[in-house]
Amino acid sequence: MSAPASGLAQIGKSVVVKGELSGSEDLYVDGQVEGSIALKANSLTVGPNGQVKASVDAKGVVVQGKLEGNIQASDRVELRKSAIVTGDISTQRISIEEGAYLKGKVDIHRADVK
Amino acid sequence: MSSVSQNFMKLFRGSSGSETVPEQASQKLTRRSSGLGELSRTWDSADALCVLDLGSTSANNIRFFTGKGHRIYSEDLLTASTDPELLTKDEQGNVVLDSRKFLADNLVYPAAHFDAVLCWNLPDYLDESLVKPVVGRLWSVLKPGGMLLAFFHTRDAGPDSPCHRFHIVGGDTLEMKKIVLRREARRGPTGAVHTAIDGFQLQRVFNNRHIENLFRDFASIKFFLARDNIREVLVVR
Repeated sequence: MSAPASGLAQIGKSVVVKGELSGSEDLYVDGQVEGSIALKANSLTVGPNGQVKASVDAKGVVVQGKLEGNIQASDRVELRKSAIVTGDISTQRISIEEGAYLKGKVDIHRADVK
Repeated sequence: MSSVSQNFMKLFRGSSGSETVPEQASQKLTRRSSGLGELSRTWDSADALCVLDLGSTSANNIRFFTGKGHRIYSEDLLTASTDPELLTKDEQGNVVLDSRKFLADNLVYPAAHFDAVLCWNLPDYLDESLVKPVVGRLWSVLKPGGMLLAFFHTRDAGPDSPCHRFHIVGGDTLEMKKIVLRREARRGPTGAVHTAIDGFQLQRVFNNRHIENLFRDFASIKFFLARDNIREVLVVR
């Protein structure tokens, strides 16, 4: 199980956040978040204890815990084997480990050709 | 004890803790599927189809369909049916699953939304109280002319036939892997915490007449008998 890197913004497992979360650094959530998460150029990791009920807009999203809400990722989404995701996913690339649970639509969009 | 409570006891029995069953417990098998081959002709010749996969979440299947420009929805109904909150009692006091609650939480899509539904072996493992309501809902979310693929065990398969997850690896080829539930602590109906230790159990064996009855609202039904004691059924709404 991957642990958060030091220096990473973290929401610990005893923390509950309700509202809009936005930022310009990677975020690790192992607690509860309800609302919306916007990290346009950065990544969100939902840790094994994380329980997120939010729409997520980020560059990359890694889920090890529970996420309820739509995911919009400009780069990639990774669902680890312990992930439980309910919501639609729109991303360029997706990886799903055996055992992950997903309920929702998956939309893979191609990278913009310049 | 009713089949529902037996099944739940099986799911929740065991020691506490949160760990995963070793990977080697699941064995990969490859099989050809005539039903899938026939469906493939549809998704090879049409654009932007809407496909619903009711098996275990599969990265292969998502890649397969999105790579062809189709939209895929994933919904693992068998896992959803193990929600302890679905347990209720019927008029005779038997423990059953609440099909209304199940359909309020699952398979919630607009009418005539999907071009194809992949049921895999869901009807054989789904609790009796959910089978007909689920097939009824699938009829309504399929477009007229839309197709549904389901697999049914024959009696020769035996009662201990394992439940598999299905990965599409080619136009008519599937990779099957036995489903081993992860050891997940859950609070059961009595409030006690239990841990899942086993896969899903075959609930029944449908004969051809049962299958025809199950899909009687559909326009047509086609059977493909495979060598591995599986009947593949392709129905058209």
